[in-house]
Amino acid sequence: MPSRTSERAPLRATAADALKIVVVGGFGVGKTTMVGAVSEIRPLSTEEVMTEAGVGIDDTRRVRGKTTTTVAFDFGRITLTESKVLYLFGAPGQQRFWYVWDQLFSGSLGAIVLVDTRRLQDSWYSIDRLEHHRMPFVVAVNRFTRGPCLDAVRDALSLPPSVPLVDCDARLRHSGKDVLVTLLRHLTTWYAPAQEPPS
Amino acid sequence: MRQRPVDDEAPDRLYMITGGRTHADESAFDTVSLIVGECEPTPGMQSEHVKILRLTRRPMAVVELSAQLRLPVSVVKILLCDLLDTGRITVRHPSAPRSAGRPSPELLKEVLVALQNI
Repeated sequence: MPSRTSERAPLRATAADALKIVVVGGFGVGKTTMVGAVSEIRPLSTEEVMTEAGVGIDDTRRVRGKTTTTVAFDFGRITLTESKVLYLFGAPGQQRFWYVWDQLFSGSLGAIVLVDTRRLQDSWYSIDRLEHHRMPFVVAVNRFTRGPCLDAVRDALSLPPSVPLVDCDARLRHSGKDVLVTLLRHLTTWYAPAQEPPS
Repeated sequence: MRQRPVDDEAPDRLYMITGGRTHADESAFDTVSLIVGECEPTPGMQSEHVKILRLTRRPMAVVELSAQLRLPVSVVKILLCDLLDTGRITVRHPSAPRSAGRPSPELLKEVLVALQNI
């Protein structure tokens, strides 16, 4: 296993197929912590810049007159097999982030909505947007304090029974792994060829 | 949201790096397309291209290049287009469908088993 302290631990030469899963959550909810707990590299951060006109930079004068939107996000990775590697993105759920969803995250296998029960309202918008993008997701409650039980959280978020809801501790590798496994099991049902995904 | 250097100097610096071009062919690269350098840098090459060729001696995802170069993802894609057009890199695209379509049950099973074993 590559060193988890090295940012530059390279991929295997045989790496050929990368997959995406996105962890969405409000500020301070523990997205980067969760990504870092399961990642084989220390989480890296980068950003995407958008102008009103869309992607990229036009000419400098016009750019100065425009609103440039910068969306920062973190990511880590997990080598799955000789050829497959999973990228795990920690992304803010605020409104401007969803402008870059198609550009950055279309083709993701699924999403994890990370929730702090003290600020449940931060998650409503993310859940609404994921449903809009028909992106399957699970909800993980990062337990900072005891807080309401899962049933109460499900009610507060109006989550249908088909959406898995679990407790986690984003600091712990095994807990993050359990959330990922829960998501993959959910995806197996969601993408099952025998039925249309629930709308 | 924290401020990073790109925020402060974005227009001029990014304009210089991309030669004023606005978009890469978006379909050419996914955020996690794996880039493989196919040659060593040559004298006179743009410094960002040199860095990319050094970083891609082993496969590296577009988003990792973006983090290492401290450039926005869309700017990295423009730089990669130049290198792809001149045959200096190859691209290993993700197999998962980008929009319509769904991942195969075999793929999901493979990912599930691998995650259970990490």
